Amino acid sequence: MDWDWENARDSLPLLLEGLLVTVELTLLGSALAYLLGLVFAMIREARIPVLSQLIYLFVELVRSTPLLIQVFVIFWLLWPALDIKPSAFWTGVVALGIHYATYTSEAYRAGIQAVPKGQWEAATALSLPRGRVWTGVILPQAVPRVLPALGNYMISMFKETPLLLAIGVVDVLARAKEQGAETFRVIEPYTLAGLLFLLVSYPSSILVRRLERRVGHL
Amino acid sequence: MIRFDGVVKKFGDHVVLRELDFTVSPGEFVTLIGPSGSGKTTILRLLMTLERVNDGRIYVDGECLTHTSKGDKTVPANEKHLREMRKRIGMVFQQFNLFPNMNVLQNITEAPVRSLGLSKGEAEARAIDLLDMVGLSDKAKAHPSQLSGGQQQRVAIARALAMRPEVLLLDEVTSALDPELVAGVLRVLKEIATTTDITFLCVTHEMQFARDVSDRVMMFDQGQVIEDAAPEKLFTEPEHPRTREFLHAVLDRA
Amino acid sequence: MSEPYSTILSSILSGLTTTIWATVGGILLTIVLAFVAGLAMLSPSRVVRFISRVYVEGFRGTSEVVQLFWLFFVLPALVGFKLIPLAAGILVLGLNHGAYGAEIVRGAVQSVPKAQQEGALALSLSPAQRMFRVILPQAVVEMYPPFNTLFIQLLKSTALLYFISAGEITEKGELLRPVFGSDLVFIYGVELVFYLLLAVVITMVMRLLERAGARRLGRRPSKRRVLEKVPEGGVGF
Repeated sequence: MDWDWENARDSLPLLLEGLLVTVELTLLGSALAYLLGLVFAMIREARIPVLSQLIYLFVELVRSTPLLIQVFVIFWLLWPALDIKPSAFWTGVVALGIHYATYTSEAYRAGIQAVPKGQWEAATALSLPRGRVWTGVILPQAVPRVLPALGNYMISMFKETPLLLAIGVVDVLARAKEQGAETFRVIEPYTLAGLLFLLVSYPSSILVRRLERRVGHL
Repeated sequence: MIRFDGVVKKFGDHVVLRELDFTVSPGEFVTLIGPSGSGKTTILRLLMTLERVNDGRIYVDGECLTHTSKGDKTVPANEKHLREMRKRIGMVFQQFNLFPNMNVLQNITEAPVRSLGLSKGEAEARAIDLLDMVGLSDKAKAHPSQLSGGQQQRVAIARALAMRPEVLLLDEVTSALDPELVAGVLRVLKEIATTTDITFLCVTHEMQFARDVSDRVMMFDQGQVIEDAAPEKLFTEPEHPRTREFLHAVLDRA
Repeated sequence: MSEPYSTILSSILSGLTTTIWATVGGILLTIVLAFVAGLAMLSPSRVVRFISRVYVEGFRGTSEVVQLFWLFFVLPALVGFKLIPLAAGILVLGLNHGAYGAEIVRGAVQSVPKAQQEGALALSLSPAQRMFRVILPQAVVEMYPPFNTLFIQLLKSTALLYFISAGEITEKGELLRPVFGSDLVFIYGVELVFYLLLAVVITMVMRLLERAGARRLGRRPSKRRVLEKVPEGGVGF
């Protein structure tokens, strides 16, 4: 084994800088995915004539195709078409957010459909306004059950962010690449990068599993 | 108060109600009895606008529930009209359907505040009065999951009454309760029936209760009213053979 | 067909074969590793369980892209020889998705009713016989839907081979971009269509296998939705 501890130590600060970017991307992307996914789910459950079908098609399309291509479509096609030039970082946030919104929308829908039909009927019988039925009765019952799935999606997103390297986002993998190019030693930066991912995602997934058990008792 | 005019209701190919006609006068307590599948619950659900009619009209207090006029045409009612009409009708369900994410008081005040526009204070005052009436004043801050089935159903009754409905629909409200809890709920219902002028439409298997409290009993079979009489008459001298059959089967079990 | 379109189409088509190779190779390796590791996690030996657990958590817990880079750039530095891109790609796809597959296998085997195990034991079947003749055939039927999802994810992951220039669809598309910048909609459209078609093929094959497997057990396979079923009457909107 040809491991250079000094190089490992030197690479670390740079890698941690990159990790920070990765974490930011994940948090912002997840926030977008959670919000947008809820919108998608509600539109589909409400069965609005044309819109619900369009959302269905969009969700199936995005879910079944590679995230990388979607990143390219947004970066090279969408932004020029709208005549705006967001940074690679924000492109990443948008791409991750939309892609994962299609996953979270399915999770939300499962949660919404799990709410007993009697709750809808009671709300109707009491003549509650539409908005209030959602915010006061349905969502408070649907969302908690869905939280573990949402947590897992955030962890998955975290692990997928390095592909944003393709449009120049300077995350942990990009830094590892940099370091490798400078020092001509690849083993330490890449291995450390991998370990950093593990260090964040493994404890997180344990937490989500615990959340799953707690939510299972609701 | 309530009038069904030629109402037809189908689920797929299965016709549940065939050209049903009947009326209920204001303040009457009418009980619907009959075998399952005869359409009794469907009638309640149509009144509560949980289902739509396939044909025919339903009138509540002279106004048409199911249809509105647009110019000189009659069209099925839109959501806005239904929402307005709904406020005058209340329903208590077999499964109570209390909102688990709210406590008892919040369950009762939710609709008055959100639908009728009452202030929180007014709604709470009304709620406390109603809790008194159903005998649960000490449970205002309790959570539905902490209550027994009978208590939950009484809260559900209070919740429906908080809207001050003109019509109250009771859908087998004691069928999901342990036998020992049934009496408490029936007692509350009897008191409400006798002290208010709400029009009641009740589907139940509790024949004794029906005899006690109803002004009229309607026997249903296959989507039609086959007999309609005061309880003393219907229970002691049923005219229709089907009614006799049904009562025999049900009452002999007791 | 007009000039740029036919060039674009043939170029991306040339990437299709690589994508298919990578997908098939990845799926085969995934299946092997999923069963080996999945069953290993149920082994009576603590050491075997530990090793398989390390593999599963290790590959599930790290980024596939990073694994790809590691296998393609770091491994040569360690062992001296360099894998061809496609081979490295298949290896990573298999290792990564095999780890997820191991959880599917483990879950499905554990979901077979204990009564089946006990029945087999009472018939004096050896552990291997119990597993292969009784448990697995029943467990496998449960595995088709989640594996379907996993294989489609694997298909999507083949796009990551872009980073190691394996010559698959996504890379071919990007190579066209500097030249055919005004036809990006067509380029990306074609790419997406190919991925969708491949996804449909995978799903169809899996459904066929599931039906065949369920028939052997005398069961009807679970009805799965093609279009979403919304509760009758909508939801009160």
